[in-house]
Formats: sequence, structure tokens, C-alpha cells
Amino acid sequence: MPGISAFRFNLRVALIALIFVLLLLPPLLNALPASHPLRVSDFVVAVTGKWICYAILALSIDLAWGYAGILSLGHGAFFALGGYAMGMHLMRNIGNRGVYGHPVLPDFMVFLGYKELPWYWLGFEYFPFAMLMALLVPGALAGLVGWLAFRSRITGVYLSIITQAMTYALMLAFFRNDMGFGGNNGFTDFKDLLGVPLNTPSARAGLYLAALGALLITLLISAYTVQSKFGRLLIAIRDAESRVRFLGYDVTAFKLFVFVLSAMMAGLAGALYVPIVGIINPGEFSPGNSIEAVVWVAFGGRGTLIGAILGAFSVNALKTWLTSFAPDLWLLVLGGLFIIVTLFLPRGLIGLGWRRRS
Amino acid sequence: MKKGASLYLDGITVTFDGFRALNNLSLIVEPGELRAVIGPNGAGKTTMMDVITGKTKPDSGTARFGDHDLTRLDETRIANLGIGRKFQKPTMFDALTVFENLELALKAPRGTLAALHWRLSGEARDRIEEVMAETGLMDRAKDRAGILSHGQRQWLEIGMLLMQDPELLLVDEPVAGMTDQETEHTAELLRRIAGKHSVVVVEHDLEFVRALGRKVTVLHEGSVLSEGPIEQVQEDPRVIDVYLGR
Ligand SMILES: Nc1ncnc2c1ncn2[C@@H]1O[C@H](COP(=O)(O)OP(=O)(O)O)[C@@H](O)[C@H]1O
Ligand SMILES: [Mg+2]
Repeated sequence: MPGISAFRFNLRVALIALIFVLLLLPPLLNALPASHPLRVSDFVVAVTGKWICYAILALSIDLAWGYAGILSLGHGAFFALGGYAMGMHLMRNIGNRGVYGHPVLPDFMVFLGYKELPWYWLGFEYFPFAMLMALLVPGALAGLVGWLAFRSRITGVYLSIITQAMTYALMLAFFRNDMGFGGNNGFTDFKDLLGVPLNTPSARAGLYLAALGALLITLLISAYTVQSKFGRLLIAIRDAESRVRFLGYDVTAFKLFVFVLSAMMAGLAGALYVPIVGIINPGEFSPGNSIEAVVWVAFGGRGTLIGAILGAFSVNALKTWLTSFAPDLWLLVLGGLFIIVTLFLPRGLIGLGWRRRS
Repeated sequence: MKKGASLYLDGITVTFDGFRALNNLSLIVEPGELRAVIGPNGAGKTTMMDVITGKTKPDSGTARFGDHDLTRLDETRIANLGIGRKFQKPTMFDALTVFENLELALKAPRGTLAALHWRLSGEARDRIEEVMAETGLMDRAKDRAGILSHGQRQWLEIGMLLMQDPELLLVDEPVAGMTDQETEHTAELLRRIAGKHSVVVVEHDLEFVRALGRKVTVLHEGSVLSEGPIEQVQEDPRVIDVYLGR
């Protein structure tokens, strides 16, 4: 890898390997007999699984922001759209086991007087189709918003505002009952996925390992991307966008490519998250979620990939711990973290360990 | 000798908030020509390069490179026509190394997928090393561009221009911050490049322009004041009046 000494490169690989080994522990220790002192609870598995999904989201933000300088404050929307795609599949899997026992329509549709499934629900009974949509819908939205913005050379804070508006608009839309996505209740009471009941230990372990596998794959894709000439162009675009144009590169195409890739990764994260937490509702679109995810990346250290992962885990660990006894303090602490990082830790946690290209 | 396109500017006017930075400017540069452009600060030299490279759209006038209407193309398209530029304030990618900066500039397919799959060939490495040797940056290959001195940044940007291998090179004040020896080297380099490429070089330094020894265009208040060999231009009373005489 150019620009990074072999020693630092090995250090990174070692750190990544350590993270993944540690992440294998919760499901393994969960499988121990209940009396065993090292056994971890189902709760720990579920919470760690959730954080893994957040880590994928953080990785996707780092790719766009840390490397290409696209500070999206709307990645929560891509995450939520992926989650909704998976949620639709899980709703269809309920079949006639809903409260109303309708063979096709989810409960909320029966309640709202739907006679038949809206056209955009067609195909979601198939798992591969739902997974595809979890990638393609966020990707297409990012493609549209990105194309409009990058083509007009909208950058910096203006782009951030546009993406915030995007997630806010989607939140309002998804709150509406007539959208056909369950209104403010969203989707919940899922039964099974791929034939496995969700409340079983094997489903919990399977979902966890799927998320961990996805984290590894998205990390490898991101690492390949940033170590290529493409990655160096992203850094060039981040630091001197207009200069890149004078070299004959189509900056819009590069930004669009990375923004769409990043949105698809966020969608994947959301799709994995929903069966783990068992619910998806419009709150996932709330603008604050997107901002929080950016803080994870800033705290961990942007433009490093691994920093994004560390940031997602550490900030969420702090949040889970804090909200267990002082939930009101969380926003204050989050804001404080952001200020600390901005003022004292521009390279984030990872910057404490070693210095890297700024 | 490569047969390239000629640069043709006619009646170019650019105004910023009512101020005419370029005023009915006309200029023709033939393929393979080396042209020096001089003129006092604010004469519009940089703005002229902005027009040629698509950074600034003129209010009126014609700008062509070969058959291409430059006023209708964006910076990327113009760069891909074979027009490369060195900026007055050296501009490069500070977080990347000298080598990486040159690698990005190297003439190669510019698409996203090409960049993803790019492998540095031996040939490309040789070319980059050749340019690093030419620009005296060989032992800075692994240093980030951000830590280079001003003079070295000038050289790196000249190197990037060489990597692009454009038909037309626009070089804005290349020798600012260079030693006399480096200035002479730059003049020698540009003379060597010309012939195979067209070169337009903007410079204040008259010694340097004399060293180039080619046709000179004097800009003043956004239009051409005088044009010809340096000896003739130096004798021109209008030039003496506004520029050389001071
Ligand atoms: N973007 C701009 N906005 C407003 N004025 C500008 C801009 N660019 C250049 N100018 C003005 O146009 C004139 C010509 O500038 P410039 O082309 O940079 O001159 P030169 O390179 O010959 O010193 C100057 O008076 C400058 O202040
Ligand atoms: Mg200038």
C-alpha cells in the first residue's frame, strides 16, 4: 500500500484480525451452558450484532466522507431503506399468522382496509428479491440525489443540508399510513426468516454471523477501493476537487460511484439490522441518526476504515452503558464527544495510535 | 514533429462585476509553438488561461482548440482534448506522495473502472521516474506533496504537466520561487518540449522570457498590447510606457 509503511500495514491487519476474533466470541460464549461463568446472555449477542450493523454503516460513511469528502448527513436514510426492504420480506413471511389471520395482507393493511397488496410490495415474499432491493433502492436514491448535487457541484455544507433534508422528507413520508409501510408503527412481530424462527438461539447466532460476514466483506471491498488508484483519486477529490478536473477526470462520475457504493453498503447494514432488533419504524429516518453515525466515524478516525469500525463500537458501547442509568445525558455526551474530537482529536481514536495522511 | 491543433482566441471578453478582466482579447498559438505571455499584475493572463481551460466562461468571443469550441466544454473535456495546465499558485494533492501525484497525472484511461483496476506497469513506473529525475524530485518520491518547498511544488506541478503529455501546455508563472539555475533549467525544458507540444507560458521574469527566445505577447488591461520577438516588443513605446518602463 503506497504511503503506508509495511510495519503500519501489518499493524492494521493485526488490529483488524483482533477485532474479528473478539467479535466471534459473543455467539460462541452464548452457546455455553447457562451455568457456565463465561456464558454471555442473548442480550449481549443481540446488542453486539446491532453494533456490527452500525459498524458497516460507519464504514460506508467513511468511504464517502473520509476519503471522498462527501459529508452525507443522510446515510441513516439509506440504512433505513435497506431495513424496510428486509422488513417487508419479514412481514410477508408472517403469512396468515398475523392477528387478523389474512393469508396475504400484513395486519396493518387489513386494519387500514387494504383489499390487495400494493404493487410495490410484489416480489418481497422472495428473500433474494428483498435483499436485492435493500441494495438497489438506497443505491438508486443515492444515484439520483448524488447526480443532481455533484453535477451542479454542490459540495460541503450544502450537500450535508440536502442529505439531511432527504432523510427528513423520507421520515415524514414513512410516517404516513397511506404510504403502505405501516405508518408510525412500522413493521414488527416478525416470525421467521429463511424458514428459521427468529426467537431461536440458532437464528440469533445465524443473524449475528451473517452481520459479521457482511462487515468483513464490506471492509474488504472498501479496503480494495481505497488502496487502488480510485482511492487516491477520492483523496485528491476530497482535497482539491477542481484540480482533479484539470487532469481530465470526470469528478462527478467518481463521486457518484463512491456515493452509490456507500449507500448500498448502508442499505445492507439496515437489512441485517432489522431481523436482529426485530423492528423497523420511521424513527430510523430521523435526522439525528445520520448525524450520530457521522460522529462515530469522526470519533474513531475518518479516512482509515478501521477507525470507523472502532468508532461505531466505542460510541455505541458508551451509549448503551450510559442510557442504562442516565438516558437524558446521552445527547449532551454525544455533542461533547463531537467537540472533543473536533478540537483535540482530529484524527480520532486511531490517530492516538499512529499518524496517517491527513 | 506531431501535428497538433492550434489555439485560437478571438474577441474574448470576461467581466467580473462590471470589471473587464479580458477585453476583446485575441491570440493564436500555432501547433508546436512556444509563446511567452507577459504583462503587469492584473493584466488578465491567468484569466485567459481560465477561459482556455473552461474554468471561466467568456461573456463573448470565440475560443477554439482545433475544431473544438472551448466555451462549450467543461474542464474535464478540455483536459482530455489535450490541454494541460500549471497553476500560478502550485496546486496538487497534498495528502498524496510525489509519486502518487505524478501517477494520477500520468496519461492513462480516466474512467472510474480503469482507476479501480489500475496496475502500475513497468513502463508507467519508468516514465514517472524519468519525470522525477527531470524535475529533481527523485529522492522525494515517497514524501507527501504537502511538505515540499514552494520551488519543489513548482517542479512537481511541472512534472504533473509532463505526465499528462498534453498537446498544449499552459504554464502560469513557473519560475516564481526558483533559483537562477532552476529558472534556466525550466527555460531549457520548455524549449525542449515545444515543437512536439505547443506551450503558452506566462511569466514576469524578463530574463526568463529572454532565455525562451521566442515570440512574446504583452497583455495589458485585458487585451493584447504588443506582439513579436522580445527585442521588438522591448522597443515598443506602448510597452515601455505601461510595463517595462516602470
Ligand atoms: N474570479 C474573479 N473575480 C473577480 N475578479 C477577478 C477574478 N479573477 C480575476 N479577477 C480580476 O481580473 C483581473 C485580471 O486578473 P488575472 O487574470 O489574475 O491577472 P494576471 O494573471 O495577469 O495577474 C484582476 O484585476 C483580478 O483582480
Ligand atoms: Mg496571474
